[in-house]
Amino acid sequence: MAEEVVQETWMAVLEGLDGFEERASFKTWLYRILANRARSRAVREGRSVPFSALADAGPEERVDPERFDAAGRWRDPPVGWTDQTPERLALEAETRRVMEVAVAALPATQRAVLVLRDEEGLETDEICNLLGLTVTNQRVLLHRARTRVRQALEAYMRGGRPC
Amino acid sequence: MLTCKELTELVTDYAEGNLSFVDRLRFRVHIGMCRDCRRYVRQVKATAAALGALPVPELSPDLEQELLRRFDDWKQTRRS
Ligand SMILES: [Zn+2]
Repeated sequence: MAEEVVQETWMAVLEGLDGFEERASFKTWLYRILANRARSRAVREGRSVPFSALADAGPEERVDPERFDAAGRWRDPPVGWTDQTPERLALEAETRRVMEVAVAALPATQRAVLVLRDEEGLETDEICNLLGLTVTNQRVLLHRARTRVRQALEAYMRGGRPC
Repeated sequence: MLTCKELTELVTDYAEGNLSFVDRLRFRVHIGMCRDCRRYVRQVKATAAALGALPVPELSPDLEQELLRRFDDWKQTRRS
């Protein structure tokens, strides 16, 4: 096996993840790190980017303030995804790719929190322990990460399906 | 009264059950009356659930073994 692959993966694993005490939680993490690394690489190489709009969307951590009026009411409300169950979003190739690309593009700590909470279903306490975060920080990071991924899905739904 | 803009900032705390009783009530009152925010909350929840439904990525047995070995080594050096 290529030493390079091992080394690259290992470095990715070590990056900011000092907290792992258990082999099992490390293993869980490993799978996700690898998947996300592979995705980032694919994105860098220009493969599998489903639509160009995502690149332009920018790192939005909250809903664009322009979408609200002066009184804080929706001026430009979210579009509907009437027929989209979570299972469909996850299994349909295009929406899955949109989510994967959005997750890969997150800042490292946001990605770590989102992956452990939403992909792996870990409890908040466990995540705080694993990553050495305060509960407050964990909440903020999760919020930003989810906001971005939802945003990416909305951008995709709005932009229509790529050909 | 909570605005739509404020609501979008509270949505994760709402979904995660972190809001105080009063804030939760205000949140509920708002989504009870506002279709757009109801949709927004649904989408954030659907996004989180969809992330949980993503297929588990594959890892080659060789790479897994090698990385676990490194992990064990790494832990040893941390302890010593
Ligand atoms: Zn509203």
